[in-house]
Amino acid sequence: MKKPILLLAACFLAWPLLAPAALTIEITQGVEGALPIAVVPFDESNNAYQPPQDVARIIADDLRRSGRFAPVDEQNLIARPVQAAQIRFKDWRTLGVGSLVIGRVETTGEGSFRIQFQLFDVFRGRQLIGFSVPTTRTRMRYDAHRISDLIYEKLTGQRGAFATRIAYVTVEKKGKKRSYHLQVADADGYNPQTILRSTQPLMSPAWSPDGQRLAYVSFEKRRASIFVQDVGSGKRERVLAFAGINGAPAWSPDGRRLAVTLSRDGNPEIYIYTLATRKLQRVTRSTAIDTEPVWSPDGASLVFTSDRGGSPQLYRVPVSGGRARRLTFEGNYNASADFSPDGKHLALVHGAGGKYRIGLLDLDSGRFRLLTDGRLDESPSFAPNGSMIIYATAAGKRGVLAAVSSDGRFKQRLSLQTGDVREPAWSPFDRRQ
Amino acid sequence: MNTVKLGLALMFAGVLAGCSTTGSKPGEVAVEDRGTTAGATEEVTTRAAGDYGELGMQALNDPSSPLSHRVIYFAFDSSEVAEQDRDLLAAHAAFLAANPDVKVSVEGHTDERGSREYNIALGERRAQAVKRILEFQGASPAQMTVVSYGEEKPAAEGHDESAWSLNRRVELVYVGR
Repeated sequence: MKKPILLLAACFLAWPLLAPAALTIEITQGVEGALPIAVVPFDESNNAYQPPQDVARIIADDLRRSGRFAPVDEQNLIARPVQAAQIRFKDWRTLGVGSLVIGRVETTGEGSFRIQFQLFDVFRGRQLIGFSVPTTRTRMRYDAHRISDLIYEKLTGQRGAFATRIAYVTVEKKGKKRSYHLQVADADGYNPQTILRSTQPLMSPAWSPDGQRLAYVSFEKRRASIFVQDVGSGKRERVLAFAGINGAPAWSPDGRRLAVTLSRDGNPEIYIYTLATRKLQRVTRSTAIDTEPVWSPDGASLVFTSDRGGSPQLYRVPVSGGRARRLTFEGNYNASADFSPDGKHLALVHGAGGKYRIGLLDLDSGRFRLLTDGRLDESPSFAPNGSMIIYATAAGKRGVLAAVSSDGRFKQRLSLQTGDVREPAWSPFDRRQ
Repeated sequence: MNTVKLGLALMFAGVLAGCSTTGSKPGEVAVEDRGTTAGATEEVTTRAAGDYGELGMQALNDPSSPLSHRVIYFAFDSSEVAEQDRDLLAAHAAFLAANPDVKVSVEGHTDERGSREYNIALGERRAQAVKRILEFQGASPAQMTVVSYGEEKPAAEGHDESAWSLNRRVELVYVGR
């Protein structure tokens, strides 16, 4: 009867009761020509309860993080209108500010609020959109991101991806022991939550297309297994645990299948696992390493990494199997692909001259270009609107996350105060709305 | 004494492994334990010392015995076992052949460069290469399990060749039955 006590004690030691630290975002390369926009602090007067979030600040930060906008700093605002009638468009025009957002937050009950906002075209002097959004104390931050999505879409024509999440793995080292955490946070790094901790490695988180579940690899029990975990409830299931490698899970666009890497038949091969029937279908057959499958958005083909040609390169194969066609020819290391949401590009890890950087391959033209200039960049993952790619990189001796716009012009870094952070996966669009 | 130490080490490893699948705290997701780690680990722990026998354990821990060396290293992007490590593997193969109850986990690792899942595959290729040599020289396949940790468990923390060369490795980790 000694063991349960020991086990409990060790678990408490390994699990500090602190909330995980938030990622902090720092813009490392700005863009010339980002559009000036003024987001005036929202009117919060006449409130029985203090709103828990600065909605205007969240919107301005979101727009700045996109790289497409240059919000006017709060202290440089020339006026603080809270109603349309108070706006003097001429004053904003002379500053070159093309768009203006105003709004107010009102209490509607205990813990419930209403956010009203309006977006104006300053040059034409007219309203572009205006909405009233019911919200709660706990949802306010999320609803602010949804408002950012609407503003971004109205001004750029592209759907916003601010009300999304990222999953990633953090590692803390204490002495010789490591603690691996699978975390989920809002796309701006706020509200981080640890959904799994282990003393053994956690790897390769992948979002289901509905954004409700994560597939990942865990080495608990000192072997690799693939799990699927419901992010909301925490309920999880071990779905694949063959001898050898169980790795690199990737959801099919319909959410019913996982492409995975298994070495059960002797060496790493790509398989498709159907969750409902628990059936496996083998896709590749080679004596080489085949791994890191990703689905094309139409669900018809897989792109994967293989060293069948002598060095790791990307190949494309129909989901039904058959001949794989090589996609990358530049240099001797191209791996870890992610499809752009429109299926036209692949983000990948390109190794050359002892450096590993993120590049973008145009699948139609075959044109390739580097987007990043790190030394150990890896794990690229597209935002669901295709505007940005989040990836892992090294800053000094620590692992941090970074994001680059898909045109390579805008860069930011997301880092923790302590510990390593790695393997980011950007969620699909949120479907809770 | 060494026997006890190994037993304790295994017990601690078992306890930590148990942690990863059990327990919860407020505001955190309770993790379902779908396996039997805790019970199974207890068995591993209590039998470990006995099964090796005094002679076997002494050989594993005697610094003058080749069996005390249980890590071999690899060149970049290579899974070729160096000529100088053949004698070491022959000694381990002979030990395994003479002690059919002893089991070993053949654990492959890589340096941090390149993608993580590709490194898992590369680490397995290294471990398989070592397993094949052990098997060829008399160890039974049933005594060996292969696991690859890729770049996830570096032996050295640095980000240069001096650390990388220590991380491209296969470890032989003896366990009880």
